[in-house]
Order: sequence, then structure tokens, then C-alpha cells
Amino acid sequence: MINLETPKKFKPLTAQAHQVATEVFRPISRKYDVAEHSYPKELDMLASMIDGMSEGADSDAGAAGVRRDSNGNGDGGNRNGSNLSTVLSIIELCWGDVGLLLSMPRQGLGNSAIASVATDEQLEHYGGKWAAMAITEPEAGSDSASIRTTAELDGDEYVLNGEKIFVTSGDRADLIVVWASLDRSKGRAAIKSFIVERDNPGLKLDRLEHKLGIRASDTANFTLQDCRVPKEALLGSPEIDTKAGFGGAMQTFDNTRPLVAAMAVGVTRAALEETRKCLEEAGVEVDYDRPALSQHAAAARYLEMEADYEAAHLLTLQAAWMADNAKPNSLQASMAKAKAGRTCVDVTLGCVELCGTVGYTENRLLEKWARDAKILDIFEGTQQIQLLIVARQLLGKSSSELR
Amino acid sequence: MTVTQEKGMAERSQGFALRWLTRLAGSDLLDRVRIRKQLERAVFTTSKNGFRTATAAGRTFKATQKLTGPARQSHGKPRSLFDITPDEEQQMLQEGVRDFAEAKIRTVAGDADAQCATPPELLAQANELGVNMLGVPEELGGVMQEQSAVTSVLIGEALAHGDMGIAYATLAPGAVATAIAHWGTAEQEAAYLPAFTGDDTPAAALAILEPRPLFDPLKLETAARRDGEDWVLDGVKSLVARPGDCELFVIAAEADGLGPALFVVESGASGLSTEAEPAMGLRPAGTGRLLLEDVRLPAGALMAGGKREAYVECVQRARVAWCALAVGTAQAVLDYVIPYVNERTAFGEPISNRQGVAFAVSDIGIESDGMRLATYRAASRADQGRDFAREASLARRLCTQKGMRIGSDGVQLLGGHGFVKEHPVERWYRDLRAAGVMEGALLV
Repeated sequence: MINLETPKKFKPLTAQAHQVATEVFRPISRKYDVAEHSYPKELDMLASMIDGMSEGADSDAGAAGVRRDSNGNGDGGNRNGSNLSTVLSIIELCWGDVGLLLSMPRQGLGNSAIASVATDEQLEHYGGKWAAMAITEPEAGSDSASIRTTAELDGDEYVLNGEKIFVTSGDRADLIVVWASLDRSKGRAAIKSFIVERDNPGLKLDRLEHKLGIRASDTANFTLQDCRVPKEALLGSPEIDTKAGFGGAMQTFDNTRPLVAAMAVGVTRAALEETRKCLEEAGVEVDYDRPALSQHAAAARYLEMEADYEAAHLLTLQAAWMADNAKPNSLQASMAKAKAGRTCVDVTLGCVELCGTVGYTENRLLEKWARDAKILDIFEGTQQIQLLIVARQLLGKSSSELR
Repeated sequence: MTVTQEKGMAERSQGFALRWLTRLAGSDLLDRVRIRKQLERAVFTTSKNGFRTATAAGRTFKATQKLTGPARQSHGKPRSLFDITPDEEQQMLQEGVRDFAEAKIRTVAGDADAQCATPPELLAQANELGVNMLGVPEELGGVMQEQSAVTSVLIGEALAHGDMGIAYATLAPGAVATAIAHWGTAEQEAAYLPAFTGDDTPAAALAILEPRPLFDPLKLETAARRDGEDWVLDGVKSLVARPGDCELFVIAAEADGLGPALFVVESGASGLSTEAEPAMGLRPAGTGRLLLEDVRLPAGALMAGGKREAYVECVQRARVAWCALAVGTAQAVLDYVIPYVNERTAFGEPISNRQGVAFAVSDIGIESDGMRLATYRAASRADQGRDFAREASLARRLCTQKGMRIGSDGVQLLGGHGFVKEHPVERWYRDLRAAGVMEGALLV
């Protein structure tokens, strides 16, 4: 039975997340945008609270549970589980502040990776810790198959060597999930992820980046020099299965793309709501019943932006809902990420324009959201990578045919 | 309601789907009426400015039963879970209509476009599928107990995958039935709705749109003035489907002291005439203008007591219906360009190996899916009795802009081949532009 509203059972969760966004994130949003690299200590209390919340509840307020075996109540086979609830709460929290969400202790992308592919033993050993994700290298961005960091087995340990950049929360996390190749001659099939403890002496922090947006979130660059980790730190299978190819390592992304899309949806909604208030203060009302082009040009522009938001929002919920129902959603996950990413940039920048200096100056958060937005169309697969994935799926092409 | 009653209704509703499916599967339907390759040539010239014909004489609509009050379909219960899967019955209907659209509509769409007419046999066949009685309450011979905007959307989408103009011609009478079922008085329902449940349903049209730039359905120029107990209507309506064949109209006019309102008008009314108004697209619907000159109507012609909310809801439901058609046509573009760009070679390889081509296909996929979800959401809210003004408006923005873009890219991806009539993409280019222009005419 078709229904695209927020399910009733998640209303308390979204209300709670919205309250966190309003009461915790928004008041300190500007503070940590200005004070880049200082740790938002206000989040510690919140993180403990969220840990408590997700115990027992079938919901997660952050970026943790994206396992396929999510629980949901049946309605003739239809499930609304933790993928959908996670996406819904991320939207609310990013309506508050996306940089702060990314800085939430124990809610890193590394946690998503661990939650998605770790064995029960690994879950037990690494559970409850904050895990960042280290994929990108100076010479390997979107082309993550060409990473140069190596992992060599030496007795009971892997020895990691290489350079990693753009590690979100890399300085603050307890663990870093590092992508490295077991055998560079074997291509993407040899790429595995390894859990490295932050205090491992072989892991050296080079610097923290100064960024356009999401400045509350730290972004670290590391060098791995003879960094030794136990054999058990490898996530997934140690076999180099050239047939399975990149699937194992990339599996995480099918699950995390809707989460980043959700972040973009949250920021977009924040900008739209603020802009609508600004327009109303300026005497411009938005009317849903009159034709857009018969209204004030600003109202027409607003409607256009809100329509893109609506599409991005629904595509994101669709991707999460499919994951909850064990439907293959790689196509829809990329569609959601592509649409939400570009919409977030277009809308937040459009809102700044509509609000003039009120939008452009630091008196309000609109200019900040427009800066925060850009990364959402880049990390977890750029706009162009998403279009590539969508195209390959629609056209039935391999990565060698459509490059 | 008792359990037996509920069960009875559920069975009837189920029976409807089965009947539908049986009709489709039966060789009778598929074979009895062959779509003639050569259509009867409809006389349809653009050069006859001022050439007007009176509307059809039409049947006499008579009430066969007396209702104590207007019969209405109920709203569905608010649904608790998020879900994008149509229910079983909807899936059956969807499949049936999809097959019909592929076998019967797509094959004649090019000719129908050229002739500015849909073959009458095709209209009759589509009507047999029951597409025009979805809005009719059970008391009046309908089969759906609950409102079914979502079902209407799924059917509109499936028909438009065959052809948007034929979908318009096919669904236009149903809009009148739905309008009367939603906003008609008991007398109007009793008089007009039974005609829509049989096999010989009348051609009919819901006329809101007027021929002028920046048309706003909330600011009509067609006027309804009071004269004693009567209403007298003057004005011009635009892009009406098959106006010359229609036996019944629901016409929107600015009513004295009430604001915009709907009136039921039989085609025999004096002062009604039509003239051809062929357009860029939607040509199989044989679009025309409807001219009203001192059309005198009894007091009982006014619908919903002239309540503004009823009229606004009508405008919103029409927008959702046009979105459904745009979604179906956009999907047709996507389904057509994929094999084309995979097979067409240039510089020694399929053109789809190039990102410039492939990304255009991605965008069609992404935006058409967004259009679809936004349209489903609006329809589903309507069925649940929730306000859907915002959702209808946003779906319309999406379908207007992205739909146009998809129409354009469809032609672009075929290059010069897309520009000629050998391929349907040029027709879809013309049709998809209609989504943002049309108001009224269809309803969910």
C-alpha cells in the first residue's frame, strides 16, 4: 500500500532527533564553524545519551547500524527498519548541523563499515569505540581501486605502509578503518580494510585540514609507517577473490550513500525553512495552489528549489526503505546521493542569493550551510561517480566499457 | 459497518480486478476490436478560425434512483508504514494497463498523433477496462469503496507510457465522473454517474483551462452570473479533449458572489459551441476550445454549493493526474533511449560508452524517479484524507521542469534521428511540455 509519509512508529525518534538538533547543535553551530579544530565537547554528553537510546530501541540516531538484518515490523512483508530510521534521524540532526553530526563520537563512517561487515568477534572487540574511515590518498580519490597503501602479512600481523588523507574525525576517533592492498598487482580484489587503533605508534598524524565547510568536523591526514596490526584486524575475508572483485570493500558504500544523501536533505531543508522565513519577513508569501509563475519571482524560485528538495528527500527514503526490505538498492542509493548532493548545493546557494546580505553574512547560518553543502556532493562518491554508477546500471555496462 | 458488509465490499473490489484481468486476458478483448491501421480521417483543420460547430446533441441523462444524500467514496485509513509497493490489486491493474498500452496504444500512437484523433475502438476498449469508473461510489454502480488517487495515478502512468495524448483522450471522461462523484449533489450523482458505469459511457470533459498567458485556475475569466434562479455562463475554455464528441461537461467559472466554482453542463445546452484547437502535443485527444455564450443553466447545475475548497481540491487533483501522465511518458523516453544509445555506434564504439551520453541517461533516470515518488506521495496523501496542496504543487513543478528536460534529452540523445518522426521521441518532446501547461481536464 503506497505511503510515503514518515512512519508513525519513527515519529518519536525524529522528534527526539529534531530536539537535539534544535537544543544542542544549532546553539553551537557557529561557534565551531569559527573555532575550527577545537573539539565540540558539548557532544560527549549527547553521545552517551544516544548510546543509551540505541540500546534496546530498534533505532539509531547516528550512522551506526546499517546491517541488512535490520528489524522492522511486518505489514504484509513490508518492513520499516533501521535503515529508514537512521536516515530519518540523520535528516533531522543535519537540519541542526552536519559538521557536528560528523563529529559525533562513535557515529563515524568507520563505525558503519564495522557494523556492516565485521564478524561477531570483531564487533565484540571493537564495539563501543569511535571509528573513522581512511580511504582517500593523495593520488587516489574517486578511483579508490588505485590506492597505494599496502598491507603485508608478517607472522600474525599485517604491516601497513602508505599515506591517507581526508580522514573525517581521524584525530578524535579511537579506531581508523584503513583501506590497503594485500597485493597491488591483483587490483581491486586485493583491497581490504583494516582496523587500526588510533594510538598505534605506526600511525602518524601529519596535519588537520582547513576547510570550506563542515569545519566542526576535523579532517586528518596520516602517514602509516610500518604500522603493525593483528591479523584479526582485517574486516571481511582475507582471500583475494578476483571474481567477487571489489564487492566486499564497496559493500559499505551501498549502505552509506543513503546516509550522506540524508545529510544533504537535512541541510537543504534547514536552508529552505530559513529562507521561507526571510521571504515572509520581506512580504513574499509562497502559495502552493497558485501557479508558480504567477507569483513573486522569489516565490517561484523557492517552489522550484523545494520541488528538488522533495525529490531528493523521497529518493533518499526510497533507498533506505529498499535496504530495509532486502531489495538490491545500489542504483537507488546512487540516485539518491546524486540528487541530494546537487540539490543541497544548488538550494543552499540559491537561498543565499534570495536572502541577499542577510543570507551572505555570518549573522545567520545560511552562508554556512552553503559552504557545508559542497562536501556532500563530493564525499562518499562525487556527483560524477554517482552518475557513472547510475549510468552503468541503467545501461547494463561494465566499468571497462563505461569509464 | 458490519463484517459481512465489509467482506462484501472487499469481494466486489477484488471481483473488479479479476474482471479487469479476465477481460484483458480473454481473446475477446484483444481480438474482437482490431485497431485499424488506417484511421478514419478526422476532419481537423487549423485554418478554420471562427469555424464553430455546435456541441453534440447528446443523450438524455435521467436519474434511475433517488439518493437521500450524495454518495461518496470514503478516505482510506491513514497508513502507518512507509511503502512504495502498490497493493496486489493495483499491481494487477497496473500490469493489465501496461500490456494494453504496449500492445494497443504505442502501436497506433504515431497515426493518432498525425490524425489528431484516437480510434474510437481504442477508446471503447480502454473504457471496457473500467478506467473511467474508478471514482464512482459503489451505491451508483462503481466498484471502488475507497478513494483511489494512487490507483488512478498508476493507471495514468501506465497509459501514458503508451502515449500521453491517447491517455488524455482515454481518461478525460473519467474526470467528469470523478468530479461529480466527489463534489456533485445527490441529484447530479443520480442523473449522471450511472452512465459512466456501463459500456456505452459518454465522452465528457472537465474544462478549467482558459486560453491566455499566465493562466491561473483560481482567477477565471469565464463568468457565471445569476439571473433569477438560473446561472448564465460566458467564456472560453482551452485544450478540451474531443469537445465535439462530449455529451457532458463540468465547467469552471467565476460565480457571482462565490468565486471559482464547478458547473455541470450537458452538451445540448444552447450557447455552447466548439472549435478546433490543435496544439504542439496531446494531438490524439483532438483538443479544441469550448465556447460559452449566454449558456443558461438551472440552479441545480452548480456543484458543491460553490465551495472554494472543493474547487481548489479539484485543481490539485488534476495536477496530480497530469503528473502521472508526465511520469509515464518520461519513463517511455528512458526505456526508448537506453537500447538506442547502446546500439548506436560512433567513433567505433557504442555512444553510451561516452560519459556525455551516459550521464544524460542517468539524469533521465534520477529525475523521472523523483517525479514518480513525488506524484505517488501527493496521491497517497489525497487517499488518506490528508492535505496535499504542497505535495501536488511540488510534484507539478518537478514534472513541468524535469519532464520538459527529459523530453528534450530524449530527442538530443538520438540526434537528427530524434528530430524526425521515424522515432517517437519527438512526440514525447511535444507531449511532455503539456504537463506544465494543462490545468483541470483529468482527475485522480
